[in-house]
Amino acid sequence: MSNKKGSSGVEYSSISEIKGPLIIVQGVSGVAYDELVEVESDGGKRLGRVLDVGLGIAVVQVFEGTSGLAISSTRARFLGRTMEIPVSQGMLGRIFDGVGKPRDGLPEPIAEDFRDINGAPINPQMRDYPTDFIQTGISTIDGMNTLVRGQKLPIFSGAGLPHNALAAQIARQATVPGKTGDFAVVFAAIGVQNDEARFFQKNIEESGAMKRSALFLNLADDPVFERIITPRVALTFAEYLAFDLDMHVLVIITDMTNYAEALREISAAREEVPGRRGYPGYLYTDFASIYERAGRIKGKKGSITQMPILSMPSDDITHPIPDLTGYITEGQLFLSRDLYRKGIYPPIGVLMSLSRLMKDGIGEGTTRGDHQEVSNQLYATYSRAEELRALAFIVGEASLTSKDRKYINAGSAFETRFLKQRPDEDRDIEQTLSIAWDILSDLPEDELTRIKENYIKQHYKGNKQKEGKEKS
Amino acid sequence: MVVEGKGKISRISGPVIRSEGMSGAQMYENVQVGEERILGEVIRVEGNDAIIQVYESTSGLKPGDPVFRTGQPLSVTLGPGIAGALYDGVQRPLDKIAAISGAFIKRGIQVPPIPIDKKWPFIPSVKKGDKISPGSIVGSVQETPLIDNKIMVHPDARAGKIDWIIKKGEYEIEEPIAKVVHDDGTYEVKMYQRWPVRRPRPYSKRLEATTPLLTGQRVLDTLFPMAKGGVGAIPGAFGTGKTVTLHQIAAWANVKVVVYVGCGERGNEMTEVLIKFPELIDPSSGRPLMERTILVANTSNMPVAAREASIYTGVTIAEYYRDMGYDVVLVADSTSRWAEALREISGRLEEMPAEEGYPSYLASRIAEFYERAGQVTALGSPERTGSISLIGAVSPSGGDFTEPVTTHTMRFIRTFWALDASLAYSRHYPAINWISSYSGYTEEVEKWWRQEVNKDWADIRQRAYRILQDEDELKEIVRLLGPEALPDSQKLTLDLARMLREGFLQQSAFDKVDAYTGPHKQFNLLKVFIDFYDLAQEGLKAGVSLVDIRSIKLIPRIMRAKYDIKEEEQDKLAKLGRNVSDEFKKLSGEVVN
Repeated sequence: MSNKKGSSGVEYSSISEIKGPLIIVQGVSGVAYDELVEVESDGGKRLGRVLDVGLGIAVVQVFEGTSGLAISSTRARFLGRTMEIPVSQGMLGRIFDGVGKPRDGLPEPIAEDFRDINGAPINPQMRDYPTDFIQTGISTIDGMNTLVRGQKLPIFSGAGLPHNALAAQIARQATVPGKTGDFAVVFAAIGVQNDEARFFQKNIEESGAMKRSALFLNLADDPVFERIITPRVALTFAEYLAFDLDMHVLVIITDMTNYAEALREISAAREEVPGRRGYPGYLYTDFASIYERAGRIKGKKGSITQMPILSMPSDDITHPIPDLTGYITEGQLFLSRDLYRKGIYPPIGVLMSLSRLMKDGIGEGTTRGDHQEVSNQLYATYSRAEELRALAFIVGEASLTSKDRKYINAGSAFETRFLKQRPDEDRDIEQTLSIAWDILSDLPEDELTRIKENYIKQHYKGNKQKEGKEKS
Repeated sequence: MVVEGKGKISRISGPVIRSEGMSGAQMYENVQVGEERILGEVIRVEGNDAIIQVYESTSGLKPGDPVFRTGQPLSVTLGPGIAGALYDGVQRPLDKIAAISGAFIKRGIQVPPIPIDKKWPFIPSVKKGDKISPGSIVGSVQETPLIDNKIMVHPDARAGKIDWIIKKGEYEIEEPIAKVVHDDGTYEVKMYQRWPVRRPRPYSKRLEATTPLLTGQRVLDTLFPMAKGGVGAIPGAFGTGKTVTLHQIAAWANVKVVVYVGCGERGNEMTEVLIKFPELIDPSSGRPLMERTILVANTSNMPVAAREASIYTGVTIAEYYRDMGYDVVLVADSTSRWAEALREISGRLEEMPAEEGYPSYLASRIAEFYERAGQVTALGSPERTGSISLIGAVSPSGGDFTEPVTTHTMRFIRTFWALDASLAYSRHYPAINWISSYSGYTEEVEKWWRQEVNKDWADIRQRAYRILQDEDELKEIVRLLGPEALPDSQKLTLDLARMLREGFLQQSAFDKVDAYTGPHKQFNLLKVFIDFYDLAQEGLKAGVSLVDIRSIKLIPRIMRAKYDIKEEEQDKLAKLGRNVSDEFKKLSGEVVN
């Protein structure tokens, strides 16, 4: 942590109460809301910040937790500034803990500047609308839920699903065809297990991308309340890379569920009126202060693309964490346990997934003219196949018409040929669309009502002959 | 602003502060907090203390910092220069803020809401000696090529006579343009007025809403119509396409002015409007839509108290244009975020919560907001009517329509456009569920459709609605017994319902032709489907097989008509209808032979 201002600060030993992550300091004066606090006890120094301040009293949240603190021996030093981190290009290639201190045993990088970790809202007037297609090499994403530079697209996952492998594959393969520019990956781990963090680290190292990556790790056994800080530290650094150094930054944050739980714990300690399921009423606003730190800015070359990962408690998409996230982010990639059980990787449940910015990143000039319509037709086809499968389950496949059966077959082909790919398989957009047309060509031409005739003429691979054969 | 005294901060908790030494402070009085003079508003008074919600970040404020009184309630400035602007929740122009603080919004920036140094071409419409009453028009200014801004006397001003009026010419807004003399003195009229946002602007008379608000969206206009001056809500879980639908309404609604309040939503969505609307052309005037649009943006990461205010800022601006005699539509995306702002502030005040932590006054606040809609006769002369149609998005948590904001909203609105996650998952957009949606304006607007479009409108609409409802019931049977259990006539109903869903209800906001469908094309297109259905049912009775009907080559053409046939080529729809009819004649003929 920085000592830029070299503030000695005012020290108080008048602690009156310790509860949960909070300490209450009496007799203070000149303390500012949100000010950074150093809490010192026999066990060493911890950091905290002012959550509530009145005349002569301040409530301080201690990031490392209050375990081991005693009223008599604890001192609080108010540092006269809000929380800042040093930022510099030298932070790339390094590993930090959840509050931005080196974790790799190397010295602190030399600061080029100091930034408030809370950032400031981007003026909507100054935002530039994201339109650059990112090719991830994954058919379901590129073909049907396209990611664009500056988007925030979360992965809604569940316990045990391969969200880490997917995020790592995206980080490895993501390119913007035809455009160059400096690319960086910022990874923020919030309360994740050691293995998971190691998986990412290894993956990044093996792909040779470590020198353009920075890792901020708050692991499962690290202090719970640091989790509030970790994504903000990572995003502050990402903003520096994107808007000061013109880099295209992909920020992966995992797992937002742990973040929300830390927030709930603090809220409970403050005895706040809870909203749904005990989460504070301001969870949406708080999430937004993280997720909205993505995007592009007019006149700046860089961008921040965010890919937060969250695990849905009991795979429930209506749980407040995925629910409020979905209202802020620009779509979601939904991992389906059913597909996973069928052995399909990546198990992206396309019907529940969505990319809101897709329409502006694709089409003539970026991907291909028929892209949107092919995607719409695939959705309609798969959705109908799912409906018919459910129906066939009850009434038996025999009572379906031959057209219906074609839909069911197309649905299966979609899963095994389009969805399924290897974790190291990098398909370009032409390949993706070509597989899509293979699947659509198994349907009669008349069924493709969402695609304009000229595209059908150009790409449809089925033919009348084939239909004729089947009839006879 | 008049500074009447100052208090001192005694406590800070998030966006809420307590200040002592505030005796005489009024509820909803505007204050300026700290040396940076950050805007705030008194939301509770206790003895000499005032509780204040602060419209910007309170980070770094300290107990003991000054709080400056203004004696004025939170107000907006209403005058030429509003149209086409992008404001934050308390009417600060975001472009001016960007000019000062760059890409990120810094704190404590104060800029005038409308340009004070711009000269506007004023044309007087009254002369010396004319009688003037509150709200009367004295002249006009071409604000944008689309909006002729009527300069009005303040609604609270006294009636009198024009003593002096400036001649036609270009003036800045601070210049007096008229002088009114009344029994006890005189006052000057300027091109702008201030109005407190929480107080509805007065009007002379409320009128019944009978003209449809046309949005060019088939499912809305035909199945669940809204009236000008009406109130509607559009609830839906995330990903169901609320925002796209609202953008479509804002783009195509047949009104003079659109106020779009982005309340606690995504930054990129406002950017999208800012980029797209100047490119979209108003079909009736050929001018960019941005010239009739006002954006109030308080995105989700901007301060929560200003989010609470943004709704009122938006509706007050809407009332201002209504008072000029214009039709206005106000779209609020999303009222749930506004309710959450209320909840957050209420929680900080340690008020006793009602359901899910929302304050007990949630329902009355929602009611007050929707009551500001309506078609009215404005105050003053000349006589004119204007309207505000209010459309609020609701973002129910977990997509659960029984949560407090949705249930309370349903009590105060008449058009309910329910978005359905399962439709959205199958990419049926707009994902408006035709079973659970409703409109309380269908009968009111029927006369207009009958006179302006076709006398059979109500009948054709009802037929389509019936087919869709029948499908819903038949699906149950299919689910239990399979499709083969149905007689051919009912199978045909299912076929038609599917055709209607795909060929009529589904509408792409991103296809050039499909994005907007005028009322005539809506009717003519729907009629093709209904005629097809009738002919097919007759055909079945005459012995034509269902297989033959299903393989009619014209079906894909009917389905694609929505984007193949342009607005100005409606004769093609008539021709398509004739072809269908010929086809069935041929089929029946084959049966006879």
